[in-house]
Amino acid sequence: MARIVVVTSGKGGVGKTTTSASFSSGLAMRGHKTVVIDFDVGLRNLDLVMGCERRVVYDFVNVIQGDASLNQALIRDKQLENLFILPASQTRDKDALTREGVEKVLTELDEMGFEYIVCDSPAGIETGALMAAYFADDALVVTNPEVSSVRDSDRILGILSAKSRRAEQGEEPVKEYLLLTRYSPKRVAEGEMLSIKDIEDILRIRLIGVTPESEDVLQASNQGIAAIHLRDSDVAQAYKDIVARYLGEEIPLRFTEYARPGLLKRMFGGK
Amino acid sequence: MSFLSFLLGSKKSSAKVAKDRLQLILINERGENRGSPDFLPQLQKELVEVISKYVHIDPKDIQVNLERQDSLEVLEVKIEMPPQAAGTR
Repeated sequence: MARIVVVTSGKGGVGKTTTSASFSSGLAMRGHKTVVIDFDVGLRNLDLVMGCERRVVYDFVNVIQGDASLNQALIRDKQLENLFILPASQTRDKDALTREGVEKVLTELDEMGFEYIVCDSPAGIETGALMAAYFADDALVVTNPEVSSVRDSDRILGILSAKSRRAEQGEEPVKEYLLLTRYSPKRVAEGEMLSIKDIEDILRIRLIGVTPESEDVLQASNQGIAAIHLRDSDVAQAYKDIVARYLGEEIPLRFTEYARPGLLKRMFGGK
Repeated sequence: MSFLSFLLGSKKSSAKVAKDRLQLILINERGENRGSPDFLPQLQKELVEVISKYVHIDPKDIQVNLERQDSLEVLEVKIEMPPQAAGTR
């Protein structure tokens, strides 16, 4: 059975699409046949972040409504041959996503031999977000070290534990993982930012990884490549670690400690 | 700056303030979310169906509430009988 992973957060702008692109790429890099679905109907963006916007012909809603087959709608990633993207529709019809329709597509993807189905959830708690979360086996809860993001993550955790298929059918609950993004060890050291431990204490779910605040993320999306492909980038390393941990490896956290600059560095500057 | 604040007894860091505020608000919100479980609308609907077998009532005449007082939960069901219903029996 394909494993369904939702990338969710409640709050917008915290890094769901960046994470979906890098996480799905990471799974594919490790040899797993993976598909990533954009659930943000009306505000399609995963295609742009992954650099396949000019190859979109059919979308998720076309497939649900039977206007196109999955094979017609799936776009092969330009970097990885075992990664496929199913773009969101740009329709403004809010009811375009139905539970039956989504289920049908997921079942078909499973039959096509996909090992992982990554669902990039829209922000908010409207239909798109609920649909992305409903069928999930695992959830990556993307959170910034910032009060509004933590609060919204808590809300999403409540929804996962009450309104997912697993919850409704009384099965084993959705596995929830905390993924901290835009973390700044320096600001944490200075008492200006919630620490990893603070957020773990509040949300009480397993931490799967931390990506540092970095200029590289913008550089990557500018060019339409998943951040995980950037060479020599902390963010790319952090995402590779996250994928490895998701696949069961035990890897210590990186990029989470602040090293105070030495005297020379402080005197002469430098990065 | 840091030397001064050390002498004057340092102010609470803003991260600490953030954590305290979050913990407080989330305790309340989690309580609220669990305070109105999903079955209440369904319970209300089924109660209307059962009572309608005997008395003609409006769905609005039934109110179902779950109240919480400390560790005690009280399920309150309020059924308002229409005036003519009492006469027909």
